[in-house]
Amino acid sequence: MTKTAVEFRQGVIDILPVIAAASVIGLLWGTLAASKGLSPLETGLLSASVFAGAAQFVAIELWRDPVPWLFLTMTVFIVNIRHVLMGASLSRHMGNIPSGWRAALLYMMADENWAFSERRALTQPLTMAYYLGLGLPMVATWTITSVVGALAGAWLKDPAAYGFDFAFSALFIGILAGFWKGPKTGAVLAASAVVAAVAKLTIPGAWYIVLGGLAGVLAAVLLHAEEEEARATS
Amino acid sequence: MTLHLTTLLAIVGMALATYATRVAGLFLMRHVNVKGRTKAAFDALPPAILMAVIAPTILATGVAETIAAAITAASAFLRLPMIVTVLIGMASVVLLRMII
Repeated sequence: MTKTAVEFRQGVIDILPVIAAASVIGLLWGTLAASKGLSPLETGLLSASVFAGAAQFVAIELWRDPVPWLFLTMTVFIVNIRHVLMGASLSRHMGNIPSGWRAALLYMMADENWAFSERRALTQPLTMAYYLGLGLPMVATWTITSVVGALAGAWLKDPAAYGFDFAFSALFIGILAGFWKGPKTGAVLAASAVVAAVAKLTIPGAWYIVLGGLAGVLAAVLLHAEEEEARATS
Repeated sequence: MTLHLTTLLAIVGMALATYATRVAGLFLMRHVNVKGRTKAAFDALPPAILMAVIAPTILATGVAETIAAAITAASAFLRLPMIVTVLIGMASVVLLRMII
Protein backbone atom coordinates (compact mmCIF):
# COMPACT_ATOMS: atom_id res chain seq x y z
CA MET A 1 0.00 0.00 0.00
CA THR A 2 1.20 3.50 -0.74
CA LYS A 3 1.77 5.98 2.07
CA THR A 4 -1.32 7.91 0.98
CA ALA A 5 -3.52 4.81 1.15
CA VAL A 6 -2.15 3.91 4.59
CA GLU A 7 -2.86 7.42 5.88
CA PHE A 8 -6.37 7.44 4.38
CA ARG A 9 -7.14 4.04 5.87
CA GLN A 10 -5.89 5.11 9.29
CA GLY A 11 -8.27 8.10 9.12
CA VAL A 12 -11.20 5.83 8.27
CA ILE A 13 -10.31 3.44 11.13
CA ASP A 14 -10.01 6.28 13.64
CA ILE A 15 -13.38 7.75 12.67
CA LEU A 16 -15.35 4.46 12.63
CA PRO A 17 -16.68 4.71 16.22
CA VAL A 18 -17.79 8.26 15.44
CA ILE A 19 -19.55 7.02 12.29
CA ALA A 20 -21.46 4.45 14.34
CA ALA A 21 -22.73 7.11 16.73
CA ALA A 22 -23.31 9.72 14.01
CA SER A 23 -25.49 7.32 11.97
CA VAL A 24 -27.98 7.14 14.80
CA ILE A 25 -27.91 10.89 15.35
CA GLY A 26 -28.33 11.42 11.57
CA LEU A 27 -31.37 9.14 11.48
CA LEU A 28 -32.84 11.01 14.41
CA TRP A 29 -32.22 14.39 12.77
CA GLY A 30 -33.77 13.24 9.48
CA THR A 31 -36.85 12.06 11.36
CA LEU A 32 -37.20 15.46 13.03
CA ALA A 33 -36.71 17.26 9.69
CA ALA A 34 -39.49 15.21 8.10
CA SER A 35 -41.81 16.02 11.01
CA LYS A 36 -41.21 19.74 10.28
CA GLY A 37 -42.25 19.22 6.64
CA LEU A 38 -38.87 19.00 4.91
CA SER A 39 -38.79 16.64 1.92
CA PRO A 40 -36.10 13.93 1.72
CA LEU A 41 -34.39 15.97 -1.03
CA GLU A 42 -34.31 19.10 1.16
CA THR A 43 -33.10 17.06 4.13
CA GLY A 44 -30.23 15.60 2.09
CA LEU A 45 -29.24 18.97 0.59
CA LEU A 46 -29.24 20.56 4.04
CA SER A 47 -27.15 17.85 5.71
CA ALA A 48 -24.63 17.72 2.85
CA SER A 49 -24.16 21.49 2.58
CA VAL A 50 -24.41 22.60 6.22
CA PHE A 51 -22.89 19.41 7.71
CA ALA A 52 -23.01 20.60 11.32
CA GLY A 53 -24.87 18.36 13.78
CA ALA A 54 -25.33 20.68 16.74
CA ALA A 55 -26.38 23.61 14.53
CA GLN A 56 -28.81 21.45 12.57
CA PHE A 57 -30.54 20.24 15.74
CA VAL A 58 -30.95 23.82 16.94
CA ALA A 59 -32.19 24.93 13.48
CA ILE A 60 -34.76 22.15 13.14
CA GLU A 61 -36.15 22.99 16.55
CA LEU A 62 -36.71 26.59 15.40
CA TRP A 63 -38.05 25.55 11.98
CA ARG A 64 -41.61 26.69 11.19
CA ASP A 65 -43.84 27.79 8.34
CA PRO A 66 -43.17 30.26 6.72
CA VAL A 67 -39.49 29.41 6.94
CA PRO A 68 -37.64 32.15 8.91
CA TRP A 69 -34.56 31.80 6.72
CA LEU A 70 -32.68 34.86 7.94
CA PHE A 71 -33.26 34.00 11.60
CA LEU A 72 -32.16 30.40 10.96
CA THR A 73 -29.03 31.60 9.15
CA MET A 74 -28.06 33.86 12.05
CA THR A 75 -28.75 31.21 14.68
CA VAL A 76 -26.66 28.64 12.82
CA PHE A 77 -23.88 31.20 12.54
CA ILE A 78 -23.82 31.69 16.33
CA VAL A 79 -23.83 27.94 17.06
CA ASN A 80 -20.94 27.52 14.62
CA ILE A 81 -18.81 30.49 15.70
CA ARG A 82 -16.59 27.98 17.52
CA HIS A 83 -15.44 26.85 14.05
CA VAL A 84 -13.50 30.12 13.65
CA LEU A 85 -11.23 29.21 16.56
CA MET A 86 -11.13 25.53 15.56
CA GLY A 87 -10.12 26.45 12.00
CA ALA A 88 -7.49 28.86 13.28
CA SER A 89 -6.03 26.13 15.46
CA LEU A 90 -6.18 23.47 12.73
CA SER A 91 -4.59 25.71 10.11
CA ARG A 92 -1.37 25.65 12.18
CA HIS A 93 -1.09 21.95 11.32
CA MET A 94 -1.94 22.23 7.61
CA GLY A 95 1.65 22.87 6.53
CA ASN A 96 1.85 19.52 4.73
CA ILE A 97 -1.39 20.06 2.83
CA PRO A 98 -1.20 21.90 -0.53
CA SER A 99 -2.21 25.51 0.15
CA GLY A 100 -4.77 25.55 -2.67
CA TRP A 101 -6.68 22.73 -0.95
CA ARG A 102 -6.84 24.08 2.58
CA ALA A 103 -9.90 26.34 2.21
CA ALA A 104 -11.85 23.62 0.38
CA LEU A 105 -10.94 20.95 2.94
CA LEU A 106 -12.21 23.09 5.80
CA TYR A 107 -15.76 22.59 4.48
CA MET A 108 -15.79 19.16 6.16
CA MET A 109 -14.26 20.25 9.48
CA ALA A 110 -16.61 19.10 12.27
CA ASP A 111 -15.99 18.67 16.01
CA GLU A 112 -14.99 15.01 15.78
CA ASN A 113 -12.70 14.92 12.74
CA TRP A 114 -11.17 18.18 13.90
CA ALA A 115 -10.42 16.66 17.32
CA PHE A 116 -8.81 13.62 15.69
CA SER A 117 -6.76 15.86 13.38
CA GLU A 118 -5.53 17.90 16.34
CA ARG A 119 -4.66 14.71 18.19
CA ARG A 120 -2.79 13.35 15.17
CA ALA A 121 -0.83 16.58 14.90
CA LEU A 122 0.46 16.10 18.46
CA THR A 123 2.57 13.15 17.30
CA GLN A 124 3.03 13.42 13.52
CA PRO A 125 2.39 15.75 10.56
CA LEU A 126 -1.24 16.00 9.44
CA THR A 127 -1.67 14.77 5.85
CA MET A 128 -4.47 15.43 3.39
CA ALA A 129 -5.08 11.67 3.02
CA TYR A 130 -5.59 11.21 6.77
CA TYR A 131 -7.85 14.27 6.95
CA LEU A 132 -9.97 13.00 4.04
CA GLY A 133 -10.09 9.53 5.61
CA LEU A 134 -11.68 11.12 8.65
CA GLY A 135 -13.93 13.58 6.83
CA LEU A 136 -15.34 11.87 3.74
CA PRO A 137 -16.99 8.95 5.60
CA MET A 138 -18.53 11.47 8.00
CA VAL A 139 -20.05 13.64 5.26
CA ALA A 140 -21.36 10.56 3.44
CA THR A 141 -22.80 8.95 6.58
CA TRP A 142 -24.38 12.15 7.86
CA THR A 143 -26.06 12.89 4.51
CA ILE A 144 -27.28 9.34 3.84
CA THR A 145 -28.62 8.68 7.34
CA SER A 146 -30.42 12.06 7.34
CA VAL A 147 -32.24 11.13 4.13
CA VAL A 148 -33.03 7.62 5.42
CA GLY A 149 -34.42 9.20 8.60
CA ALA A 150 -36.58 11.57 6.55
CA LEU A 151 -37.88 8.66 4.43
CA ALA A 152 -38.45 6.31 7.36
CA GLY A 153 -40.36 8.90 9.35
CA ALA A 154 -40.95 8.38 13.01
CA TRP A 155 -39.63 4.84 13.59
CA LEU A 156 -37.14 6.10 16.16
CA LYS A 157 -39.84 7.37 18.49
CA ASP A 158 -37.93 7.61 21.74
CA PRO A 159 -34.15 7.72 21.26
CA ALA A 160 -33.66 8.42 24.99
CA ALA A 161 -35.00 4.95 25.84
CA TYR A 162 -31.85 3.44 24.29
CA GLY A 163 -29.44 6.08 25.52
CA PHE A 164 -28.88 7.38 21.98
CA ASP A 165 -29.34 10.94 23.17
CA PHE A 166 -26.26 10.42 25.33
CA ALA A 167 -24.12 8.91 22.54
CA PHE A 168 -22.57 12.20 21.45
CA SER A 169 -21.69 13.26 24.99
CA ALA A 170 -20.06 9.87 25.61
CA LEU A 171 -18.14 10.15 22.34
CA PHE A 172 -16.86 13.61 23.24
CA ILE A 173 -15.74 12.38 26.68
CA GLY A 174 -13.81 9.59 24.93
CA ILE A 175 -12.13 12.08 22.61
CA LEU A 176 -11.40 14.45 25.51
CA ALA A 177 -9.39 11.79 27.34
CA GLY A 178 -6.87 11.94 24.47
CA PHE A 179 -6.17 15.58 25.26
CA TRP A 180 -5.36 14.97 28.93
CA LYS A 181 -1.91 16.30 29.84
CA GLY A 182 -2.25 16.58 33.62
CA PRO A 183 -3.82 18.93 36.20
CA LYS A 184 -3.55 21.90 33.85
CA THR A 185 -5.94 20.20 31.44
CA GLY A 186 -8.21 19.56 34.43
CA ALA A 187 -8.31 23.30 35.17
CA VAL A 188 -9.13 24.10 31.52
CA LEU A 189 -11.94 21.52 31.49
CA ALA A 190 -13.39 22.64 34.81
CA ALA A 191 -13.48 26.32 33.78
CA SER A 192 -15.07 25.47 30.44
CA ALA A 193 -17.63 23.08 31.94
CA VAL A 194 -18.82 25.38 34.73
CA VAL A 195 -19.09 28.49 32.53
CA ALA A 196 -20.82 26.61 29.70
CA ALA A 197 -23.36 24.97 32.03
CA VAL A 198 -24.16 28.25 33.81
CA ALA A 199 -24.38 30.12 30.49
CA LYS A 200 -26.72 27.48 29.07
CA LEU A 201 -29.04 27.93 32.06
CA THR A 202 -28.97 31.74 32.05
CA ILE A 203 -28.41 32.97 28.45
CA PRO A 204 -30.84 32.01 25.66
CA GLY A 205 -29.41 30.56 22.46
CA ALA A 206 -26.11 28.86 21.77
CA TRP A 207 -23.66 31.33 23.32
CA TYR A 208 -22.74 28.80 26.00
CA ILE A 209 -20.38 27.04 23.57
CA VAL A 210 -18.46 30.25 22.83
CA LEU A 211 -18.37 31.37 26.48
CA GLY A 212 -17.33 27.95 27.83
CA GLY A 213 -14.57 27.63 25.22
CA LEU A 214 -13.24 31.11 26.05
CA ALA A 215 -13.30 30.36 29.80
CA GLY A 216 -11.18 27.24 29.23
CA VAL A 217 -8.71 29.17 27.09
CA LEU A 218 -8.54 31.96 29.68
CA ALA A 219 -7.71 29.40 32.38
CA ALA A 220 -4.85 28.07 30.23
CA VAL A 221 -3.49 31.56 29.58
CA LEU A 222 -3.59 32.47 33.30
CA LEU A 223 -1.80 29.24 34.24
CA HIS A 224 0.77 29.88 31.52
CA ALA A 225 1.47 33.39 32.86
CA GLU A 226 1.94 31.97 36.35
CA GLU A 227 4.38 29.39 35.05
CA GLU A 228 6.41 32.04 33.22
CA GLU A 229 6.55 34.17 36.33
CA ALA A 230 7.80 31.24 38.38
CA ARG A 231 10.46 30.55 35.75
CA ALA A 232 11.56 34.19 35.72
CA THR A 233 12.03 34.40 39.48
CA SER A 234 13.77 31.06 39.98
CA MET B 1 -39.32 15.23 -4.14
CA THR B 2 -40.18 18.81 -3.42
CA LEU B 3 -37.99 21.85 -2.99
CA HIS B 4 -39.54 25.05 -1.67
CA LEU B 5 -37.98 28.42 -2.42
CA THR B 6 -37.84 29.66 1.20
CA THR B 7 -36.51 26.28 2.35
CA LEU B 8 -33.79 26.49 -0.30
CA LEU B 9 -33.01 30.04 0.80
CA ALA B 10 -32.65 28.85 4.41
CA ILE B 11 -30.40 25.96 3.35
CA VAL B 12 -28.13 28.21 1.27
CA GLY B 13 -28.00 30.82 4.06
CA MET B 14 -27.13 28.24 6.73
CA ALA B 15 -24.56 26.54 4.48
CA LEU B 16 -22.81 29.83 3.66
CA ALA B 17 -22.87 30.98 7.31
CA THR B 18 -21.37 27.66 8.41
CA TYR B 19 -18.69 27.62 5.73
CA ALA B 20 -17.75 31.21 6.61
CA THR B 21 -17.07 30.14 10.21
CA ARG B 22 -15.05 27.13 9.04
CA VAL B 23 -12.77 29.01 6.65
CA ALA B 24 -12.39 32.25 8.67
CA GLY B 25 -9.73 30.78 10.96
CA LEU B 26 -7.45 30.01 8.01
CA PHE B 27 -7.24 33.69 7.06
CA LEU B 28 -7.09 34.83 10.67
CA MET B 29 -3.93 32.79 11.23
CA ARG B 30 -1.98 34.47 8.42
CA HIS B 31 -1.52 37.45 10.70
CA VAL B 32 -0.88 35.68 13.98
CA ASN B 33 2.47 34.45 15.28
CA VAL B 34 1.77 31.43 17.46
CA LYS B 35 4.14 31.07 20.42
CA GLY B 36 4.26 31.60 24.17
CA ARG B 37 0.94 32.64 25.61
CA THR B 38 -0.88 32.45 22.25
CA LYS B 39 0.31 28.88 21.84
CA ALA B 40 -0.91 27.98 25.34
CA ALA B 41 -4.32 29.44 24.41
CA PHE B 42 -4.55 27.47 21.16
CA ASP B 43 -3.41 24.24 22.81
CA ALA B 44 -6.23 24.59 25.33
CA LEU B 45 -8.84 25.24 22.65
CA PRO B 46 -9.73 21.69 21.58
CA PRO B 47 -10.54 20.34 25.07
CA ALA B 48 -12.18 23.63 26.12
CA ILE B 49 -14.60 23.64 23.19
CA LEU B 50 -15.44 19.94 23.32
CA MET B 51 -16.23 20.32 27.01
CA ALA B 52 -18.36 23.44 26.42
CA VAL B 53 -20.52 21.58 23.87
CA ILE B 54 -21.36 18.73 26.26
CA ALA B 55 -21.32 20.57 29.62
CA PRO B 56 -25.08 21.35 29.67
CA THR B 57 -25.88 17.67 29.06
CA ILE B 58 -23.49 16.24 31.63
CA LEU B 59 -23.84 18.90 34.35
CA ALA B 60 -27.24 20.55 34.00
CA THR B 61 -29.62 17.83 32.82
CA GLY B 62 -29.97 15.37 35.71
CA VAL B 63 -28.15 13.20 38.21
CA ALA B 64 -28.29 10.18 35.87
CA GLU B 65 -26.47 12.07 33.09
CA THR B 66 -23.83 13.41 35.48
CA ILE B 67 -23.04 9.99 36.97
CA ALA B 68 -23.08 8.37 33.50
CA ALA B 69 -20.60 11.01 32.34
CA ALA B 70 -18.28 10.14 35.26
CA ILE B 71 -18.50 6.43 34.40
CA THR B 72 -17.79 7.22 30.74
CA ALA B 73 -14.78 9.34 31.72
CA ALA B 74 -13.44 6.49 33.87
CA SER B 75 -13.75 4.08 30.90
CA ALA B 76 -12.00 6.58 28.64
CA PHE B 77 -9.12 6.96 31.10
CA LEU B 78 -8.76 3.17 31.30
CA ARG B 79 -7.91 3.44 27.59
CA LEU B 80 -10.81 1.24 26.54
CA PRO B 81 -11.56 1.39 22.80
CA MET B 82 -13.67 4.41 21.84
CA ILE B 83 -16.72 2.40 20.78
CA VAL B 84 -16.68 0.48 24.09
CA THR B 85 -16.50 3.77 25.97
CA VAL B 86 -19.51 5.10 24.05
CA LEU B 87 -21.53 1.91 24.66
CA ILE B 88 -20.70 1.97 28.38
CA GLY B 89 -21.87 5.59 28.48
CA MET B 90 -25.16 4.79 26.73
CA ALA B 91 -25.82 1.70 28.85
CA SER B 92 -25.10 3.49 32.12
CA VAL B 93 -27.38 6.42 31.29
CA VAL B 94 -30.26 4.03 30.49
CA LEU B 95 -29.74 2.05 33.71
CA LEU B 96 -29.30 5.13 35.89
CA ARG B 97 -32.48 6.71 34.50
CA MET B 98 -34.37 3.57 35.54
CA ILE B 99 -32.93 3.66 39.08
CA ILE B 100 -33.04 7.40 39.76
